[in-house]
Amino acid sequence: MFRKLICGAGALGASLFASTAAFADAALIKAPTVAQQATMVNKGDVAWMLVSSALVLLMTVPALGLFYGGLVRTKNMLSVLMQVFIIASVVALLWVTYGYSLAFTGGSTPFVGGFSKIFLIGVNTSTYAATFSNNVYLPEYVYVIFQMTFACITPGLIVGSFAERIKFTPLLVFVVLWVSFVYFPIAHMVWYFAGPDFLSANTADAGYLYGLGALDFAGGTVVHINAGIAGLVGCLYLGKRLGFGKEATPPHSLTMTYIGAMLLWVGWFGFNAGSNLESNAVTAVAFINTFVATAAAAVSWAIVEQIHHGKPSVLGAASGAVAGLVAITPASGYGAPMTSIVLGLLVSPICYFFVSFVKNKFKYDDTLDVFGVHCIGGIFGALATAIVADPRLGGQGWVDYTVFPAKAGTYDMLGQLITQAKAVGLTLAWSGIGSLVLYFIVDKIFGIRVSEESEREGLDITEHGERAYNY
Amino acid sequence: MKFIIAIIKPFKLDEVREALGALGVAGLTVSEVKGFGRQKGQTEIYRGAEYSTNMLPKVKIEIAASDELAPRVVETIQQAASTDAIGDGKIFVLDLASATRIRTGETGDTAL
Repeated sequence: MFRKLICGAGALGASLFASTAAFADAALIKAPTVAQQATMVNKGDVAWMLVSSALVLLMTVPALGLFYGGLVRTKNMLSVLMQVFIIASVVALLWVTYGYSLAFTGGSTPFVGGFSKIFLIGVNTSTYAATFSNNVYLPEYVYVIFQMTFACITPGLIVGSFAERIKFTPLLVFVVLWVSFVYFPIAHMVWYFAGPDFLSANTADAGYLYGLGALDFAGGTVVHINAGIAGLVGCLYLGKRLGFGKEATPPHSLTMTYIGAMLLWVGWFGFNAGSNLESNAVTAVAFINTFVATAAAAVSWAIVEQIHHGKPSVLGAASGAVAGLVAITPASGYGAPMTSIVLGLLVSPICYFFVSFVKNKFKYDDTLDVFGVHCIGGIFGALATAIVADPRLGGQGWVDYTVFPAKAGTYDMLGQLITQAKAVGLTLAWSGIGSLVLYFIVDKIFGIRVSEESEREGLDITEHGERAYNY
Repeated sequence: MKFIIAIIKPFKLDEVREALGALGVAGLTVSEVKGFGRQKGQTEIYRGAEYSTNMLPKVKIEIAASDELAPRVVETIQQAASTDAIGDGKIFVLDLASATRIRTGETGDTAL
């Protein structure tokens, strides 16, 4: 999701149009006033972005909850549903209170925004947010809503790694701190920039990673690597579940996991195709890439299992689909359908290796494989983006917004790969270290892990006072 | 009177019940149980984590029968429940000290 250099075809189309029709250049307005921006809103874009926002929420409260919930034991089902649900609710409140301001206003540093839009001050029906095309705007509320859904799902992803053993209230305290010190700054670093009509006037008005030129279409770094590494650190900090490796802990309902995974696939079209911020041909590129990369990853995980165990499993194919979705996320608006298929085919064996071999070898109890699927899949996708985005492979390349009007940049695959690696490294370090500090603080103040007794009894009864199934 | 306990494969229950009905058995009790014998368990694999389940699901049938009927009940169950494979189950016969029909208070063979 680095939208920095991003995106695309919309802007590219605009710039081509501008160059072929000389008068069109004159028609584009540099640094339009708010009154002029009001005339640059397209109802089709608005409708698509609001639908996309609802689709991302679909990924969170029903889909992620069921996907994770089905994988835990019966006695912990409700704890996982409640964690995902209430985290999304709390983060939504934080987002409109100060999160949007910290992520999407210009600050004195490129690492985090400021407080100028705290409590959404200054955001109203007459303010607008930039897209990736010159002179195309969204009502700012639409942008606030769309980005809110991303903030809501990201900390929910983390809970899979330490499921079945964390206390509920300390978890929420951790999440409040984590989004404040990790998510909002990283979202700012990756996604914030002044906009195509304003960046040329002050090219420094952008987040740090955006400025580096990292490509992240829909959140490989901000969402998946970020949450994945926080999850790994979390499961290492909390330690293994009682009986890990000795007692059987099979998923309690793969039917629910299947429902959740498939709803994730559906909702992910809002996540990836919505990340184009407009409703145009690049949106369709992101959509088709999301479709075929996921299909390829599901098939390839099933094939790996067929070869390795002789039986393809539903959980395996669903895990492959999620790995494919994660991997295509940063590349969705940059790649082409054929390169996306290759990306999808490759990510599953890599993630399979991590969840089946690396986890067993190092014996860390990443309960639901947040690290193995989201972090590893995210890193693979972030690096692969540099390759599939290359216009020589049919990719979309990148668009230079430091000039007005924006024009296609010269693509350097190796240079881009290095930039991608830097973005991955910075995210791993910021989130990894930041999360460790926050787990430590919350643990010292509240105690973060449940007692042995309540872990045996199950968190549904001990933390929430109810059972998922009464029959 | 005899008390007959048979452990059989779950999918054989209907055949056994029909055969016993034809024989004139007036009632029986069925439970779903788990256990192990010579039949090996199954292996389940979830994302590379292997679990072997050595307790397999079976059905337990309990029948009280008169001394005359009991040998034929055992023979009928044996024939109806057999698949000629390991894991078909076992039949146990115990002496039954008494039987009482709760509604009427009848005892002995008439209570069966």
